[in-house]
Amino acid sequence: MNIQATTRSPAADEPKIHGVNVVFEALSKAYETREGGEVLALDRTDLTISPGEFVAIVGPSGCGKSTLLSLTAGISEVTAGRITIDGEEVKRPHPTVGVVFQTDLLLYWRTIIDNIMLPIEIKGWDKRSYLPKVMQLLEQVGLSGFGGKFPSELSGGMRQRVAICRALVQEPRLLLMDEPFGALDALTREQMISDLQAMWLSLRNTVLFITHSIEEAVFLADRVLVMSPRPGKIDLDLKIDVARPRSWKSLGEQNFINYMGEIRAIFESRGILSRAAT
Amino acid sequence: MVFGPLSGQRSLFLTAQEANLLARKTSREKSARLRTITNNLAAPILSVTLLLAWQFGVGAFGLSEFILPTPWQIVRRIATDPQVLLSNAAITLSEVLAGFLLAAIGGVATALAIFYSTLFERAVYPILVAFQTIPKVALAPLLVLYLGYGFAPKCFLAFLLAYFPVVMSTVVGLQALDKSMVNLARSMGAVEWQIFLKIRLPAALPNVFSGLKVAISLSVIGAVIGEYVAAASGLGYMQLQASSQFDTTLSFAAMVVIGLIGVALFLAIEAVEHRVVFKREAAK
Repeated sequence: MNIQATTRSPAADEPKIHGVNVVFEALSKAYETREGGEVLALDRTDLTISPGEFVAIVGPSGCGKSTLLSLTAGISEVTAGRITIDGEEVKRPHPTVGVVFQTDLLLYWRTIIDNIMLPIEIKGWDKRSYLPKVMQLLEQVGLSGFGGKFPSELSGGMRQRVAICRALVQEPRLLLMDEPFGALDALTREQMISDLQAMWLSLRNTVLFITHSIEEAVFLADRVLVMSPRPGKIDLDLKIDVARPRSWKSLGEQNFINYMGEIRAIFESRGILSRAAT
Repeated sequence: MVFGPLSGQRSLFLTAQEANLLARKTSREKSARLRTITNNLAAPILSVTLLLAWQFGVGAFGLSEFILPTPWQIVRRIATDPQVLLSNAAITLSEVLAGFLLAAIGGVATALAIFYSTLFERAVYPILVAFQTIPKVALAPLLVLYLGYGFAPKCFLAFLLAYFPVVMSTVVGLQALDKSMVNLARSMGAVEWQIFLKIRLPAALPNVFSGLKVAISLSVIGAVIGEYVAAASGLGYMQLQASSQFDTTLSFAAMVVIGLIGVALFLAIEAVEHRVVFKREAAK
């Protein structure tokens, strides 16, 4: 660890593009099965994400979308091809990446503040200088006053907000989200999606967002990628050209409906959604 | 009217509905308090009842002190001979503590080796499980042969009995951790020792402590059994001596002291646990 890193403190907040660019080149990932065979989870995928872009990946279970995320996070190893973040090849977890998983993964023995401080602690940065930043994040997600509480005192939605704060405290230039709202009830989810948009508009970092929900993807993303299952490949790369901030009302508008229809059509042609169901 | 933290401002006056709710709440609290009191008193009341039944049962059936002394006779005996009992208790206690500490340190260390090394797990785990099925009490005479009559065989027997539960519960605690938790820490750039100190260890602590609580009672048993087989001091030895001299009351007195040592050590570990371990339910 270099000296600069240990004395790091939060940057002054000016909302300009804060994101990195991410490039996948012929990326493949194979897993060994118990029987000794190999399963190709991801097959020669190419993808370029521009700085500050919000990219959502939609696909059925087992299409390799979570694999893509854990490769980008540097927590699992690439089989072939490579990922670069701002030109630097990912070989281990990149210091400027924050991750949010489907479950909040809060440590139940730590207070909310101490949970959010976890990445700061691990990186060996000065915790005290990050306290104002933590407070500001908690206020942003409507949890000011909860800093001293324990995770078991919070609802599922609140806990997931804390998990998002924990990912954001280090001011990541790339935010990876693996079905972050998948475990929440419908109403909480809707609120969280709006809040995420607002937060991202002020941060403008690069986001790679994985979801099952077509609606969620279209609402949030600049670009929606549709993945086909086993081996995972990108089937559709759709630019969502709708002004921000988007609202739930605008979901009823024709262009939104068209985008969602286009994505549905891909799933139908793959036999993932039947025509009768749509 | 909105209740709870969401209500922006509170009116100075309670509506009838609120007053009603409040009244119901206080009566609920009252009955809850009553329930806690009865729950807390249940064990002392039952114990006293049993002791009284024993005390008067002995008289009613006309049993002699040599067959079954009354609780009062035992208490009086402890009060008249505290010196002998205490000095022997100190010896037993030192054997228990030494054996327990060895088991705690050795057990946690073994668990870590099993957790981190597949080779170690494959090689050692089956042997450990096989060894666990041997009644270790049967080893006591052999231990005397190898380690003599002194402190060592008792301490070792206490260790042997206490070791396995510590290993088992620590391994289970370490393995129970959600793998995504580790992935999360890795994504933050954590290295293994950080993951261990900040996540694995605190997450496993409740299991470690449940192992330690089982272990402490077993190490008391181990030390006393060691003293039964061959010893010149200690509460087990004292009990055996008393029985051979038909001094049943002293035998009981020694047993009471052994029991007290066990309870005290158990409570001590529980006290440490309360300080160190954050209970998942405690916040609810």
